[in-house]
Amino acid sequence: MLSEIAFYGALETGLIYGLVAFGIYISFRVLDFPDLTVDGSFPLGAAVAAVLIIAGWNPWLATGMAVLAGMAAGAVTAILNVKLNILNLLASILTMIALYSVNLRVMGRPNLALLTEDTVLTPWYDLEFLEYHQVSVVLFAIVALVSLILLWRFMKSETGLAMRATGANARMARAQGIATGGMIIFGVALSNGLVGLAGALFAQSQGAADVTMGVGVIVIGLASLIGGEAVITPSSVMRALVACVIGAIIYRLAIAFALNADVLGLQAQDLNLITAVLVTLAIVLPGVRTNLTNRFSRKKA
Amino acid sequence: MISATDLRLTFGKGTPLENPALRGMSLTVNQGEFVTVIGSNGAGKSTFLNALSGEVMVDSGKIVVDNLDVTRLPTHKRASRVARVFQDPLAGTCEGLSIEENLALAIKRGQRRGLTSAVKKQYFEQFRNSLSSLKLGLEDRLGDKMGLLSGGQRQAVSLLMASLTPSAILLLDEHTAALDPKTAAFVLELTTKIIEEQKLTALMVTHSMKQALEVGTRTVMLHQGQVVFDIGGQEREGLEVKDLLELFEKQRGLSVDDDSLLLG
Repeated sequence: MLSEIAFYGALETGLIYGLVAFGIYISFRVLDFPDLTVDGSFPLGAAVAAVLIIAGWNPWLATGMAVLAGMAAGAVTAILNVKLNILNLLASILTMIALYSVNLRVMGRPNLALLTEDTVLTPWYDLEFLEYHQVSVVLFAIVALVSLILLWRFMKSETGLAMRATGANARMARAQGIATGGMIIFGVALSNGLVGLAGALFAQSQGAADVTMGVGVIVIGLASLIGGEAVITPSSVMRALVACVIGAIIYRLAIAFALNADVLGLQAQDLNLITAVLVTLAIVLPGVRTNLTNRFSRKKA
Repeated sequence: MISATDLRLTFGKGTPLENPALRGMSLTVNQGEFVTVIGSNGAGKSTFLNALSGEVMVDSGKIVVDNLDVTRLPTHKRASRVARVFQDPLAGTCEGLSIEENLALAIKRGQRRGLTSAVKKQYFEQFRNSLSSLKLGLEDRLGDKMGLLSGGQRQAVSLLMASLTPSAILLLDEHTAALDPKTAAFVLELTTKIIEEQKLTALMVTHSMKQALEVGTRTVMLHQGQVVFDIGGQEREGLEVKDLLELFEKQRGLSVDDDSLLLG
């Protein structure tokens, strides 16, 4: 079974990847814009936050700047697509590759340690009613909850509805007076801002920013999104957002179980293989379920 | 009022597939007129409508809507003046959004959208009233996803959405063509009712000469990207399909070879 520390660790990373899943929900689901920028904007958020914290900035302010940096990266991808007519997937790959250099420039070297610095988590360790390993879980749960509520309110607003219409039926959206190009730029920026936030928090909880920490973020985010949707049918915006967080936590827990179960004989280096298997299962299983129900109902009839 | 002057547009210029869709199209529609537009395939009907709505930009010419030159404005900047119902019943609405969300999108057509809640309580009465006028029972299904509705129902809602807020002109692009005959008749009846009640200025493209003469106040026929005849008022009263065909032949010295125009 899972130790308590491993359990809280899974919750902690799960909540951070919940933010990534929000971002991927906006780009992939709301805007129908397959965006791989996140592999670059996640470490960008981490790098910006780490550099600023080391420079003595307030950690929350540094985290805020990481969000803005993520948004800028997303805006670049969307502008490549909207204004220069580059295919959305390709535009995001271009930005992702470019960000690798940008991140190295921002940090000045491949990684930065934050272990001795004051982070957003530091003041929370002084709270007596929280144990050391619970601190980040509680803080990140609050951040995830606030983001969820703000995103939900936004998606229900006039502008949010316009964004949803842009992804669902762009021609209709234009006919209703919605500047669809602007909406895509804003939406992809918002998406990557959330991913930048996740990167900044991840760096602070892990005590380091690393230029390679973004590899596979898109797959983990998608795994969370698809897994969450398999558990909670995303019939409303609220359910879809809750599914993102739940999916991310389930994903991290599943990984933790797989790595901790000695019978399976899996080790840390098997992580990416397990991820790929889990994503495949998450995509295939809902289909299998309906298939089975169909078979049973046919037999009854 | 809407006026189009000498619109010219060629698709695929300089390629072997060069296709002049509009060749000096001019048309003025006055306030309160309901113009039906006919023409064979490739006459430029849809291109003309797309040019008016901003989905395609003309090479030359001028489009003025309510004293504003919109020739170079993109679709979304014309939306406050131009309302539109598409031929495809699925194109005018968002199936993933609920009926009330679709209506809420339409009620803000061409206006600034803020961060306040999109589906406001004060809209509900207007939504219910306009939906109940359809007599489809949709007023009790405001929260249902648009995708649950049939093509005819969705087209009726599209029509409603286009008339929720005032516009200088309502563009109808063969909006009954994709429906079965019974539903098409229902949607057409609804169209004329809404246009009459709200005294809308409308331009309806149709494939059927019969329909073009039955509804509206004026009929325009397009051929090869130009207006070949334009009849309204007394002259149009009592006109039948065969008269239209004679008119066309007289104007052009051509005979209509598009069967669908004759049979429709």
